[in-house]
Amino acid sequence: MAAPPDGIATMSTSSSGPAGVGGSVPIIAPGHTFATVSDAISSIVLTKRTPWPWFVAFALALSVTGLLLVALAYLVFEGIGIWGNNQPVGWAFDITNFVWWIGIGHAGTLISAILLLFRQTWRTSINRFAEAMTLFAVTCAGLFPLLHTGRPWLAYWLVPYPNTMGIQPQFKSPLVWDVFAVSTYLLVSALFWFVGLIPDLATLRDRATSRFGRVAYGMLAMGWRGSARHWHRYEIAYLLLAGLSTPLVVSVHSIVSLDFAVSVVPGWRATLFPPYFVAGAVYSGFAMVLTLLIPIRRAYGLTDFITMRHLDNMAKIMLATGLIVAYGYLVEAFTAWYSQNMYETFMMWNRMTGPYWWSYVLLILCNVVTPQALWFRKVRSSPVVLFAIAIVVNIGMWLERFVIVVTSLHRDFLPSSWGRFSPTIWDFATYIGSLGLFLLLLLLFLRFLPMISIFEMRTLLPAAKTVPAAHEREGSM
Amino acid sequence: MTDTVYGVIAEFDDPNALVAATYRSHDEGYRRMDAYSPFPIEELHEALGAPVTKLPLLVLVGGIVGCLGGYALQYWAHAVDYPLIVGGKPFNAWPMFVPVTFECTILGAAVSAVLGMLALNGLPMPYHPVFNVPRFALASRNRFFLCIEATDPRFDLDATQRFLETLGPREVTTVER
Repeated sequence: MAAPPDGIATMSTSSSGPAGVGGSVPIIAPGHTFATVSDAISSIVLTKRTPWPWFVAFALALSVTGLLLVALAYLVFEGIGIWGNNQPVGWAFDITNFVWWIGIGHAGTLISAILLLFRQTWRTSINRFAEAMTLFAVTCAGLFPLLHTGRPWLAYWLVPYPNTMGIQPQFKSPLVWDVFAVSTYLLVSALFWFVGLIPDLATLRDRATSRFGRVAYGMLAMGWRGSARHWHRYEIAYLLLAGLSTPLVVSVHSIVSLDFAVSVVPGWRATLFPPYFVAGAVYSGFAMVLTLLIPIRRAYGLTDFITMRHLDNMAKIMLATGLIVAYGYLVEAFTAWYSQNMYETFMMWNRMTGPYWWSYVLLILCNVVTPQALWFRKVRSSPVVLFAIAIVVNIGMWLERFVIVVTSLHRDFLPSSWGRFSPTIWDFATYIGSLGLFLLLLLLFLRFLPMISIFEMRTLLPAAKTVPAAHEREGSM
Repeated sequence: MTDTVYGVIAEFDDPNALVAATYRSHDEGYRRMDAYSPFPIEELHEALGAPVTKLPLLVLVGGIVGCLGGYALQYWAHAVDYPLIVGGKPFNAWPMFVPVTFECTILGAAVSAVLGMLALNGLPMPYHPVFNVPRFALASRNRFFLCIEATDPRFDLDATQRFLETLGPREVTTVER
């Protein structure tokens, strides 16, 4: 499809855009009607001609997913000995990747639920995409602890069920809390996403030209017909889901952080962990949303709907959460010194100057120094620079988890049990493979489902505002 | 004759016209009617005179069931079925049961919000007479519809059709069953 010039989105003034916080750029380019919004977004899905870059990306994603399958097959065949983790570093890439992926997912829920509750209407054009990202990131995250159990085919032992062994899961362990938190999160995110999709699936059903499209979207839309009575319940259900997802997302990463904080390992045992992890999750999640949306809005010509205003707002959230994360690093170091505990002090010193000093230095450069550029409007208004910063933050947040997991474990209390961790080719293959799976799911989503919530975009148009005085009833009531 | 007619449907161009028409029809005494729009319009529900939904109550019950169920699961597992001492804590160590109880609460409430919404809306409903109107496909794009149903006591095919014509619609059509 033809891409509208980027200038429309960046040059226009806010005169026709809905009122919002600050910014001179509207959240939806002027001149759109209910019909053009519906057609522009649904035509991406309903077109018969898939753009060729999609096929290139799909082929790449498919082959990288193939790598994941090879790595997993070998893992199942040989056992987790193929990875580099061993005593004393029993958690390494797998848990780093798990926390990284889960964190990425959190931006989706933040955008769709928390920003909805705060009535940030600009979220509308990015929430569907961000929710899909959440779903796929949590899927990738779930892989790692599952595989790390060593015998993933027995993973159902984590679930309480009456069994012939007569035993129960250990509910006093954060690892079991994790099972409940992550699976609830996956299910609730999927429900939230699907509920948001129903009216748009109805649009696709009504606009599809092929019989297969009409039947497939028709079944998914479940007979949605836009009845006012249905919308009433729908809106309440959606709002309640947002209200439920908000504490859920905070609880999920808090529980993930408790996997560490409940232990006695220096560098893990910190009361700071839950809020520090949640801020880090949002930080990395927004970085991932920017990483993905900047090329996608360009490729699909969606600059009318995902304007510079969105990129600017996301950059600001990234800066804010980045500062919270920086504060976390500071407090971590301060607590280690202030505690005057030999092991805590050594852990911090070892983290900064030990064998993995480079990972800590890189972490500070990526997560604390680089995002300071976002203070400048010039930086925030350049998609290319924003993209570069987002990539750096993604790397930084991966390093953060690596630093927490590996540098804390490799030298703890007894020097006689110190060790080193070095990843094998299979560690890398599994991690890169999970990126492939993520990309694959995302590309399928972009091709078959509307990446922007069509019905919510309609509500942003000036024509959607009903005038209370338009009917005579108002006065008599 | 009314056996084959589901109702009469009027098509409007903009949301204000639909809201005004719905108020007018309600004033006229019509009750069994429904308005269709491509996005939620809060006023429509009020204009139809439809009752406020019980969904929030359902969600509350779902949350409470999830909460009690989650706690009961852990209590039963650790204090009844398989008592296990971990870290010298009591069998019923309630602070350790908070996270799972919380997750179960959210799960119960969220699932009942979604299933409750679908059930109260009567979805999935693959067939509905309004879909027989070809132009109704635009209800999910940019058009607004008001349908007065034949089951309404005041419904009269010709009179209702004439009444809807006075509300300034683009088109008025009979909906076959």
